[in-house]
Amino acid sequence: MGSLLSQISAVVAMNIRSLPKRLWMSLAMVIASAVVVAILLAFLAMARGFEATLEGAGSDNVAIFTRSGSASEINSTVTREQVNLVGDAPGVLKEGNTPQVSAELYVILDGIKKSSQTEANLPLRGLDVTGVGMRKGFEIQQGRMFTPGTNEMVVGAGVASQFEGFSVGSELRFGKNVWTVVGIFGTGGNVFESEAWADAKVIQSLYNRGSSYQTIRARIESSASIDAIRDYIAQDPRLNLDVETEASFFAEQGKQLRYMAFFGLFISVVMALGALAGALNTMYTSVAERTGEIATLRALGFSNLSAFAGTLAEAMLLAAAGGLLGALAAFLLFDGMSASTLGGSFTQVVFSFELSTDLVARGMVMALVIGLLSGLFPAWRASRIPVVAAFRANG
Amino acid sequence: MASETLYDLKAISKKFTRGKETITIFESLDLQIKKGDFVAIMGPSGSGKTTLLNMLGGVDQPSGGEILFDGKRVDNLGEGDLARWRANNIGFIFQFYNLMPMLNAARNVELPLLLTKLNKKQRNQFVETALTLVGLADRAKHMPGEMSGGQQQRVAIARAIVSDPKLILCDEPTGDLDRTTADEILEMLQILNRDHGKTIVMVTHDPRAAKYAGRTLHLDKGAFVEREAEIV
Repeated sequence: MGSLLSQISAVVAMNIRSLPKRLWMSLAMVIASAVVVAILLAFLAMARGFEATLEGAGSDNVAIFTRSGSASEINSTVTREQVNLVGDAPGVLKEGNTPQVSAELYVILDGIKKSSQTEANLPLRGLDVTGVGMRKGFEIQQGRMFTPGTNEMVVGAGVASQFEGFSVGSELRFGKNVWTVVGIFGTGGNVFESEAWADAKVIQSLYNRGSSYQTIRARIESSASIDAIRDYIAQDPRLNLDVETEASFFAEQGKQLRYMAFFGLFISVVMALGALAGALNTMYTSVAERTGEIATLRALGFSNLSAFAGTLAEAMLLAAAGGLLGALAAFLLFDGMSASTLGGSFTQVVFSFELSTDLVARGMVMALVIGLLSGLFPAWRASRIPVVAAFRANG
Repeated sequence: MASETLYDLKAISKKFTRGKETITIFESLDLQIKKGDFVAIMGPSGSGKTTLLNMLGGVDQPSGGEILFDGKRVDNLGEGDLARWRANNIGFIFQFYNLMPMLNAARNVELPLLLTKLNKKQRNQFVETALTLVGLADRAKHMPGEMSGGQQQRVAIARAIVSDPKLILCDEPTGDLDRTTADEILEMLQILNRDHGKTIVMVTHDPRAAKYAGRTLHLDKGAFVEREAEIV
């Protein structure tokens, strides 16, 4: 066994030391593997970042009410009467006699994305101070909060970084309405940073919404209160509303965009097949070039298993090197990169790519699978090289 | 008890099938090689001398007959057993040296020792002895590409003897060398045979090379024509 291990390690070392002879082909295999891993990791980091942005926004202690059957905030409408009724629902917290309820509006603005200079939808949320208080981690990073009753807005940090013209002090015209940006806020990197906020009453007036709203948020005792609230809604025909915790609402929206990860995996697998073809060619060439060496070692008494293991190790090593290179490239190019895409309410969600160690591990697994598959058949061929080939080896 | 006969080939036959045609290389070939022999095998191209060398080295197997090495049958061994048998008993010297280009002289010579239980220190001692024997102790760190053909072949000889095999098989060992260097290599083989008791079987085209052997076998049409050669 010891002898077999020393044979295998000697053959592996020889293969690795002879790599410079096959520099370009080996490099091509490394790069192909790196590209596959980098692309896979880019998609996975994007999906992970998007999900984290949405999941981070939701609280278990806030219930969100939307019109029954509306899949997103933009499609929902609620009346003033419904807002009042929700305030009386069981489990909804009160401060004194005032229910902790935020009636909110959600309208769309046109913004110009800095990255592509194209128009994209931006959400303008109408809310009041109670609603602001329900957002975890809210802080004014620059400027100040909007003054109720005025055409002032504050914008999320994501909006300020990804869209043109949202700096503090700038005046923006949307349709007939002119708004002044008075502050930039943060909410810990979650989806609310992709929004602009203004006074709900002003939006009702400027956008002719009368006394209607689109969603209601309410502080609740715990997520367990949801069932009691549902019962309450079911018993009152005026309340044709859906309710769920904010955490569950955003988690569901995040899942809708899991296609990103699947799409990334699909693209990576297709590319991996291409890389595999190239890698197989590299490894078969490597075996062909080393025929004399392999046969000589066999003639000296080395086992065919050492020839097999040496070739397989070479393939795995090249693919793993590519995997590491791809992971490094993905980290340097994508980790923390800010981007925006269409979210669940047809508006842009700004999010950051998140490349974690478990994703890098997935990338390395992909690289090693490429190495294993591309090494297996050439390794088998190496182990079957007739010893007599040593006597035909020239030089 | 081990006999004085190292190799005993009994009624060896070797046949190849090419398409529907069966080509017979040997038909009932007998050969005995004694311990300490230095045998040269000559013959025209296609006479089967390389095939015979391959069978002696356990690289190829006969279609019929028996090969006994030191009294034990080796023609019926499996691939793994043959590899172990080669490692324990045979040293090979090839026409084109067959050194590993990425390893220096010492590491090339060490290769057969990796198949033994020797530790690194012991292996280094053996390598040093073998390289000293072929006069290349000062070239231990040199890569094959930095050495002349003659020096490379001497490294190959050191590799062939380092594990102290019973038999050294040489396939045209001077075929790629100039006359002077060839003579040096052949003299070295002669010393290994005469002074160190190594049994050597050498396939060669060169009658001058064959003169260094104690016995020359001429192979023609699958049969030996034997005559004693003068030792130069």
